[in-house]
Amino acid sequence: MTKAFWEEPMAKVELVVNGRAVKGEAEDRTLLVHFLRENLGLTGTHVGCDTSQCGACVVHVDGRAVKSCTMLAVQASGAEVTTIEGIALNGELHPVQTAFREHHGLQCGFCTPGMIMSSVDMIRRHPEGLDEATVRAELEGNICRCTGYHNIVQAVLDASEKMGKGAVKAA
Amino acid sequence: MGVEGIGSRVLRKEDKRFLTGKGRYTDDMVVPGMKHAVFVRSPHAHAKITGISTGAALKMPGVIGVLTGKELKADGIGNLICGWMIQSKDGTPMKMGAWSPLATDTVRYVGDAVAIVVADTKGEARDAAEAVEIAYEELPVVVSAVEALKPGAPQVHPEAPGNLIFDWDIGDEKATADAFARAAHVTTLDIDNNRLVPNAMEPRAALGQYDAAEDHYTCWTTSQNPHVARLVMSAFYNVAPENKLRVIAPDVGGGFGSKIFIYPEEIVCLWASKKTGVPVKWVADRTESFLCDAHGRDHATHAQIAFDKDHKILGLKVETIANLGAYMSLFSSSVPTYLYATLLSGQYDIPAIHANVKTVYTNTAPVDAYRGAGRPEASYVLERIMETAARELKISPAELRRRNFIRAFPHQTPVIMAYDAGDFDATLDASMKAADYAGFEKRRTEAAGRGKLRGIGMSCYIEACGIAPSAAVGALGAGVGLWESAEVRVNAVGTIEILTGSHSHGQGHETTFAQLAAERFGVPLDSISIVHGDTDKVQMGMGTYGSRSGAVGMSAVVKAMDKVEAKAKKIAAHLLEADEADIEIKDGNVRVAGTDKSLPWFQVALASYTAHNLPSGMEPGLKETAFYDPSNFTFPAGCYICEVEIDPETGTTKIVQFVAADDFGKIINPMIVEGQVHGGLAQGIGQALLEGTHYDESGQLLTASYMDYTMPRAQDLPSFNIMTTETPCPSNPLGIKGCGEAGAIGSPPAVMNAITDAIRNNSLSMPATPQKVWAAIQAAK
Repeated sequence: MTKAFWEEPMAKVELVVNGRAVKGEAEDRTLLVHFLRENLGLTGTHVGCDTSQCGACVVHVDGRAVKSCTMLAVQASGAEVTTIEGIALNGELHPVQTAFREHHGLQCGFCTPGMIMSSVDMIRRHPEGLDEATVRAELEGNICRCTGYHNIVQAVLDASEKMGKGAVKAA
Repeated sequence: MGVEGIGSRVLRKEDKRFLTGKGRYTDDMVVPGMKHAVFVRSPHAHAKITGISTGAALKMPGVIGVLTGKELKADGIGNLICGWMIQSKDGTPMKMGAWSPLATDTVRYVGDAVAIVVADTKGEARDAAEAVEIAYEELPVVVSAVEALKPGAPQVHPEAPGNLIFDWDIGDEKATADAFARAAHVTTLDIDNNRLVPNAMEPRAALGQYDAAEDHYTCWTTSQNPHVARLVMSAFYNVAPENKLRVIAPDVGGGFGSKIFIYPEEIVCLWASKKTGVPVKWVADRTESFLCDAHGRDHATHAQIAFDKDHKILGLKVETIANLGAYMSLFSSSVPTYLYATLLSGQYDIPAIHANVKTVYTNTAPVDAYRGAGRPEASYVLERIMETAARELKISPAELRRRNFIRAFPHQTPVIMAYDAGDFDATLDASMKAADYAGFEKRRTEAAGRGKLRGIGMSCYIEACGIAPSAAVGALGAGVGLWESAEVRVNAVGTIEILTGSHSHGQGHETTFAQLAAERFGVPLDSISIVHGDTDKVQMGMGTYGSRSGAVGMSAVVKAMDKVEAKAKKIAAHLLEADEADIEIKDGNVRVAGTDKSLPWFQVALASYTAHNLPSGMEPGLKETAFYDPSNFTFPAGCYICEVEIDPETGTTKIVQFVAADDFGKIINPMIVEGQVHGGLAQGIGQALLEGTHYDESGQLLTASYMDYTMPRAQDLPSFNIMTTETPCPSNPLGIKGCGEAGAIGSPPAVMNAITDAIRNNSLSMPATPQKVWAAIQAAK
């Protein structure tokens, strides 16, 4: 017997996503990543695993990197969310996006949005600058199967330097 | 070479969409009325299905349909097949068991699909899948190929008695036995190649849409070869005739082989779309990928190599048991045979080789090609046994290899392959120099002073790419030809579209293929577009795998460009009133060489379409198609050196340097090639150190998520020191050998040679986890 729509528990979700106020309804169990992808059509945020390991779904919630598969859409209600679609301004790539391109830090592109969102947050949290070991350690929550991370690490170091933080040389 | 032409480090044209979240993967596709599917899968590794009840599931909220194998069979959908026929040494054909896209009476591995549930949302489909009642009668289970061959082992398929699919051999058994009889030294090695799960970051997905008005199907799917998918689904699975089936592989998030094959899910989604009257989308969750994507490797090998008193190799004997899992996947039979044993000569002049391969059914996921496919297994056997022999013979591993290198080309090996070009000393020298091989003992001593075990290992691999000459593979049992096609369309304003049957899922074809036309016609990259991945747009193609897109796919583009250039020159000669032989195309102009008579490229293109003034009898237009069928395989080769430092207290291995010197022939874009090597190395190092696939005795996959299967993370890997040498490939017009798989082929033996050197214990299997390394250190004490 199919339930009538009013019998389904639907939650109201109100967010600011990439600077725009959005609202919608979702089942209680809806994850933030699915709300972004399915309700808002922001398909740049990807789902690569079921266990919050791969990091393809990383977005920023109130300025901090969050795996959007670890959060219910209703939990994010009231927050400001930035996705990969929201970091290039006026058609200009974010310096981290530019660095990934210049260093060939992406191949198939599937992990890329999460990698970039994690990297932006990493650079923000390390105003003293970054070295290779720190970048590798900080990328623990993001899996890439294509690049072997070599060029991703180069891209993050370069972006950190160009964003005016000045990379600390590896010991 | 222009700034955007062949050999240029051009940044990728495709990057912007991936960087900004505008990539379009199968899961991003939405079509009107689309519904969501969840597969009901066997929780048992081997069982009889004694009953299926869908009644309760059909009453669940949002459910549109619940379909089973019985209905699928009734609609005439065919069984999945393996497309490469191998004959046993006694001449009998391989024994292929039936594989229905939805199991009807028996399930043979955990994850075997039994039913599909279609509902309004994925959540509802998942809930309803739980309500499908399937009664199973459990049967005995076998997961190890070696165990499956033993008398009395559980029988997986009635068609393959004793679980033996084929018992195949290659080479000269008697000549090899004679060589061993003359040997001054024989080295023996028992060696396993661990089962791997490919783990492209984008899980497999399919969206099937049936249009009843047109009686036409469209399938969006995560495929490395959409045309092959259409061909197989039409010709063998009776989904729909080719003209009524469009297959689109949009952006695909990595493949590594696992997205070559046609799986049950895309077939069932298409069929279910017709049955339910709605477009049906299925997206694998990660555990589903672990359970059901074709796995790689899983060989158990006994190998022996014979040397004369001067340390020259006399012969090689190899016996391999290969686990093909519960069903024969599309190319499964070719991987442990013609992609494996034909490479056992490596870089060495080996007068006699004999290899025997037995392939076996077990109650595990199907096993098929994974990055390297057979060639990593061959390299691992040969390069581990060479290093082992060097230790036994107390000769430098580099010297033993050098003493046996092939130096005259072409070289016919005893196992089919005819190497056409190479310089193995060059890659060995380059990597030894870059790694400061000579200075290693000093570093070992220094590390010992800090209580660390330091080791160094090398691997000199060769592989066969550019797959493959159609007649040759046809004679060896392939069900298809392995040519590639291309169409080069010059538009009326001079912009260019290149349609290719190759498929890019990370390799950067939209850039490198465009570089070919930029070089040839002097047109800016921005004016060149690459069209691929859609059977409605691109003529027939064979897709991307086996490092074939450069050597085969690009060669087809070159052939089509040759025809375009010839026609453009004819038109220009006519317009400029010059001899065709004097026309050259340079810097975007078509001109009479040595004069100032010239036409801009676009004007020649325009003239071909206005057709107001063409040479007499010439057809209008400037668009040509070509098919390129290679005349030989290509043979990338190289030398990798790995240096490790091990903490004897914890068994933890740290790679302190990794050097890779590769000969890929001509390189179109060094940046892309480097990226391919980096990724291959990560997968090979992952195999050697981290990645283990474990089934328990009841056939449950214990490593079915990223919580349990160790994917290489950034911290697990070093920065790589890579370089290339170049001997152009003589068999294709660009001199390309291919670079996609080398890293994964050459690196596992280098890592294992380094670790076993450090711990002075050669008995260590992959993955060399800290626990295993620690135990091996204790055993060696």
